[in-house]
Amino acid sequence: MERKPRLLTVLDVLSIVLLAVATWMALFWAPMEALMGNVQRVFYFHVAAGWVGMMGFLLAVIAGIAYLRTGAGKWDIVGLSGVEIGLVFAFINIVTGSIWARPIWNTWWTWDPRLVTATIMFLVYVAYLMLREGIDDPNRRARFGAIYAIVGFVSVPLTFLSIRIFRTIHPTLVGSGDPAALGAFDMTPNMRMVFFFSLFVFTVIGIDLLWHRIRLGWLKDQVEQRKFQLMS
Amino acid sequence: MSSERHTQGSVAKQPSYLRSLAAIVWKDLAAELRSREVFSAMLVFALLVILIFNFALELNARERASVTAGVLWATFTFAGTLGLNRSMAIEKDRGCLDGLLLAPVDRSAIYFGKAIGNLIFMLIVEIVVLPIYSVLYNVNLFVPGLLLVILLGSIGYVAVGTLLASMAVQARTRDILLPILLFPVVIPVVVAAVKASDAFLQGLPLDQISVWLNLLIAYDVIFIAIAYMVFDFVVEE
Amino acid sequence: MIQVHKLVKRFGAKTVLRGLDFEVAEGEFVALLGPNGAGKTTFLRILASLSRPTMGVVRLASYHLPGQAAQVRLKLGVLSHQPLLYGDLTGEENLRFYGRMYGVEDLDARIAEVLKLVGLSARRRDVVRTYSRGMQQRLAIGRAVIHDPQVLLLDEPYTGLDQDASEMLDEILRLVAAQGRTVVMTSHDLARAAGLAERFDVLSRGVIAASAERAAIPEGGLLTFYQKALGGEGEGAHVL
Repeated sequence: MERKPRLLTVLDVLSIVLLAVATWMALFWAPMEALMGNVQRVFYFHVAAGWVGMMGFLLAVIAGIAYLRTGAGKWDIVGLSGVEIGLVFAFINIVTGSIWARPIWNTWWTWDPRLVTATIMFLVYVAYLMLREGIDDPNRRARFGAIYAIVGFVSVPLTFLSIRIFRTIHPTLVGSGDPAALGAFDMTPNMRMVFFFSLFVFTVIGIDLLWHRIRLGWLKDQVEQRKFQLMS
Repeated sequence: MSSERHTQGSVAKQPSYLRSLAAIVWKDLAAELRSREVFSAMLVFALLVILIFNFALELNARERASVTAGVLWATFTFAGTLGLNRSMAIEKDRGCLDGLLLAPVDRSAIYFGKAIGNLIFMLIVEIVVLPIYSVLYNVNLFVPGLLLVILLGSIGYVAVGTLLASMAVQARTRDILLPILLFPVVIPVVVAAVKASDAFLQGLPLDQISVWLNLLIAYDVIFIAIAYMVFDFVVEE
Repeated sequence: MIQVHKLVKRFGAKTVLRGLDFEVAEGEFVALLGPNGAGKTTFLRILASLSRPTMGVVRLASYHLPGQAAQVRLKLGVLSHQPLLYGDLTGEENLRFYGRMYGVEDLDARIAEVLKLVGLSARRRDVVRTYSRGMQQRLAIGRAVIHDPQVLLLDEPYTGLDQDASEMLDEILRLVAAQGRTVVMTSHDLARAAGLAERFDVLSRGVIAASAERAAIPEGGLLTFYQKALGGEGEGAHVL
């Protein structure tokens, strides 16, 4: 079996260190926001997680297209990994969004277009996993996965648009009247620094986890092949 | 019977795209005309859903008007999955999909043939539901704008639904999988259709409704294009 | 007519066909024998253009698969153990549908001809759901030949048929094959295959393990030939 690449171990360590630093910066170093208080600090990780989640799904789409064009199994592993990692970060995004909303609007959920769209996107990719789960033939599983990843991803901007227009015409009773803002506020330069740093850190963590997951998928494939070779 | 070798393949030639498409639509309509399975199932289901909404929402006459669009589209969305499922299941069950794939026709003709058939069934059910709803709730639903929205919305729903149903029907979890795959992706259609329907029923001016109509048309075009590009990969092994 | 060279088919990690070579001349009737799970159906599906090879060369009627699949389909007739018929349509309507899908000219006349061939003229207006299994299989043959294909691929066509139906199928296949068509038939049933085929190939472990002309096999010696090809295990084959 192949050994774990050195670079991956380095990345693991780097991820942990950077996460610790980012946590300290977000919770302690960043200045407190005037209007919302300390809960605003969730924002740094909330947006970063959302960003990485989206990147994961985007990767799944690209891998899906690549798989359909080449038929090479490795793209299927990349696509599946992208979705799984994307789902984890999307979930973090939704939950932190909820945590942020609670003290500000006294509700666990606001029908903010971005939050709703994020949730729908989450459900789309859960459906992706369920689709894969129900198919036994590996070729078909990969093809269908690729197709649904594409269909799902294209539908999301349309969903966002429809909900956004929905909200401008009918602002909700709960939550901010401005449909575009989930707690809009101005960022000071220090805040901006923490924000971009968090973005960077989460991207690193995302890549680290993605690499692990792809490697896992690839090793699993190898085991399957050896198994069949031994049986025949 | 003669046992001489006669020239073969002289009896048939490549059929035109439209002819094969028409053949597929005709086949589905003819079969359905005889058994009426899909149509009756969809219709009964739709009426039951409306009935449940009646008790679930328990509204007085004035409030009912404001939810009409929503109830109608929720009903269509749910009943639609029955038609989609059944339409593809027919092909899967006796191996008929292979029969379609063996024919010298473009794969997209199969997609469009099935999609048009599905659309016709869905529209028929919707046209029957409208007067029934009108009578039950004393609401006038024969507004031309509403009919336009129903057409555009159904097209979008069926375009994506046919594609996803052709995948779902090949999974073990066939029946429950289609709604799970379809609903998150079809939300723009539902949102736009409900808002546009509601606006037409309230008699709002067209410039307020056009944004929703545009969204519906955009969705329809985008997803018909995607389905066309991607359908080959669903059926080619 | 059919040339297959080093055909490989994989499903994920599992390899079903391992570099299979196979050749059929025009007008030949070949029986493809083999135990369950040997890959006969997989192989036939590839020849039928329903499945793509993982590797290897497949040529049918001088066209390449899968690249020129569209041209090949017009010349192919396929009978599988599923009838590929629509239960809610009548026998006639089924034939009409497939006739249209293959661009058959003079469709009415052709339908009548085919119905006569398979002995179902009397039941043409009955819905296929009411047909017995044997009748469905006969109509399926009609479907398979309505466009007068040069090549016929038959996958276990006798599955689920009783004695009478099997004999009827025999007759029809003999007729159809006699018209100069190239036929490849997979079968469990050695006796049936013995009556119809000119050549016998055995598919085992993903390749053609043995091939013999009918003339080379002594009377009643098909089972021995088959067992030898499999290396002593004759599972999955019966002889009357």
